[in-house]
Amino acid sequence: MPSPILQLHDVKTHFPVESGFLIKRQTGTVKAVDGVSLSVQRGEVLGLVGESGCGKSTLARTILQLVPTTAGTVILEGKNLTSASAAGMLAARRDLQMVFQDPFASLNPRMTVFATLAEPLIVHQTVPAGKVAGRVAELMEKVGLSPRFLQKYPHEFSGGQRQRIAIARALALEPKVIIADEPVSALDVSIQAQILNLLAALCREMNLTLIFIAHDLSVVKHISDRVAVMYLGKIVELGPAAEVIERPRHPYTRALISAIPTPDPDVERAKKRLVLPGDPPSPLNPPAGCAFHPRCPYVQEKCKAIVPPLIPAGPNHEAACVRLDEI
Amino acid sequence: MPLLEVTDLRTYFHSRSGIHRAVDGVSFSLQKGETLGLVGESGSGKSVTCYSLMGLVPQPPGRIESGTAMFDGTDLLHCPPALARGIRGKRIAMIFQDPMTSLNPYLRISEQLIEPLLIHEKISRADAHARGLAMLEEVGIPDAARWLQSYPHEFSGGMRQRVMIAMALITRPEILIADEPTTALDVTVQAQILELIKKLQLEFHMAVIFVTHDLGVVSGLCDRVQVMYAGRIVETADTRTLFKAPRHPYTKALQRSIPSLQPKGRELYTIPGMPPDLSRSIAGCAFAPRCEHASDHCRATDPFLAAVTATQATACLRVQAGEI
Repeated sequence: MPSPILQLHDVKTHFPVESGFLIKRQTGTVKAVDGVSLSVQRGEVLGLVGESGCGKSTLARTILQLVPTTAGTVILEGKNLTSASAAGMLAARRDLQMVFQDPFASLNPRMTVFATLAEPLIVHQTVPAGKVAGRVAELMEKVGLSPRFLQKYPHEFSGGQRQRIAIARALALEPKVIIADEPVSALDVSIQAQILNLLAALCREMNLTLIFIAHDLSVVKHISDRVAVMYLGKIVELGPAAEVIERPRHPYTRALISAIPTPDPDVERAKKRLVLPGDPPSPLNPPAGCAFHPRCPYVQEKCKAIVPPLIPAGPNHEAACVRLDEI
Repeated sequence: MPLLEVTDLRTYFHSRSGIHRAVDGVSFSLQKGETLGLVGESGSGKSVTCYSLMGLVPQPPGRIESGTAMFDGTDLLHCPPALARGIRGKRIAMIFQDPMTSLNPYLRISEQLIEPLLIHEKISRADAHARGLAMLEEVGIPDAARWLQSYPHEFSGGMRQRVMIAMALITRPEILIADEPTTALDVTVQAQILELIKKLQLEFHMAVIFVTHDLGVVSGLCDRVQVMYAGRIVETADTRTLFKAPRHPYTKALQRSIPSLQPKGRELYTIPGMPPDLSRSIAGCAFAPRCEHASDHCRATDPFLAAVTATQATACLRVQAGEI
């Protein structure tokens, strides 16, 4: 088996919570990412799902080292990013790019599309100055936009087009890994499908590795090879996309799938829905033992005491539940 | 007789760049106790339709150019403001997409919750408080007496939406207009809120207009669905027919582009092109430039909504002519 392109070992990202005026004291810790281990193969599309506040975006930012890592290591092609120097990190970012959720906020409104797409090329000097214009035009075509839009500003584009520009910017340096943080959540269904097709096609053509973050399992399933489900800073289930969605093992994954409304009235009305009580707990004060136990329909005494590790639940399939064999 | 009858509603926004025809000739009726889904993509005019009914369209730049909305013998769009105020917020209530911004952060929940009662009914503060407390319990907020004294920031998104629902229903309205009430919520919380709306609708015998872009939500909740495109209704049918036998090419295309839980690998269906710019006048069918069935006739003639069966109406000339 080839060595993975990206490896995470027990990564933790904690944020201190301070209170008090003038004299600040740390009164708590938000454990946004709390012990995530993961390896991603070259050319693989990994879907990362979970509800708001589960730490999926923080995990993305941790991989890119946009937030300081509290513990653990992030290794990109053998290079440890957590201990990399600023110069080392700058070099690593050529291989590691991000697409953000909101294309209205992630593009500079005062830069033309040309300036936006040329900036990474100029900063990293990957193409000679005379060839920047040609490369920018090429990028536009790659994401399905006409190069004659290059002198326009972001506000002149629709949401879908802006997301295409954000993708072109991420592709500019020919990265090896792209992290897309909810790239289609802000878009309409018909536009969503276009962006998903574009991302899937780019991954195939350029042998890109993609970490695709979403809260919508149906979107993730369509594009991913493997899916990781996060709950309160931890991965609770990890496995092949079809396997996780058709035969989910962790009670949380089951609830998440059952909560998705089906666009078929007969199926939807006949479905016995597993409605979870309550809200996801606060990462500031997570429950003891399994973090999911206060909402879990299968909870037992032992769940309140043991923090369950990921254990095998099938071929290449793991889930973090102590009652895995009983439910 | 329908509870609400909207005829030829047109709401335009006038700006320097031209006239934006957000709602351009919408007619529909709502029966007592019925759940009507209003589906469409951003900019299709579904929210503006509801805002027009509730008198929430900022004027200017907005203007209601034509139309009537008859509710119990009163035209909501043209009646004296005092009369409209007695209906809106009392007999027709609305909840919004974003529970974060639709509650006043400076006021305790108790103040906001009982405000509609104090305005619309002759009731003492103490009685209003008691009704507020009962209503909070009704929407599933545990320990309601304590929460009544809290501020909105102390609630989670799902809890805030429950408070919004309590506030809307406290006057026992006959119609609830729900404008994407679950879009900002996580799926597991969305499931809770949808269950809650279903339960309360039965208890209160109210009609619901449910605005959403999510066909999945519609399929479980609504009796009848209207699909909007470019400010007009393009298809209306009972839910089952709309999903099993859609006729309008846009409805079909919209359904095909849902990623759903389909197997990976196949390319997703997409609708070519983009929705039209509503500030330009559109000749013929607004969907024609993106439609695979469009003929020259479609590009020249305005389509109109006409019944194709007893429960289904479609605004497609070619469907009406029996060609597709």
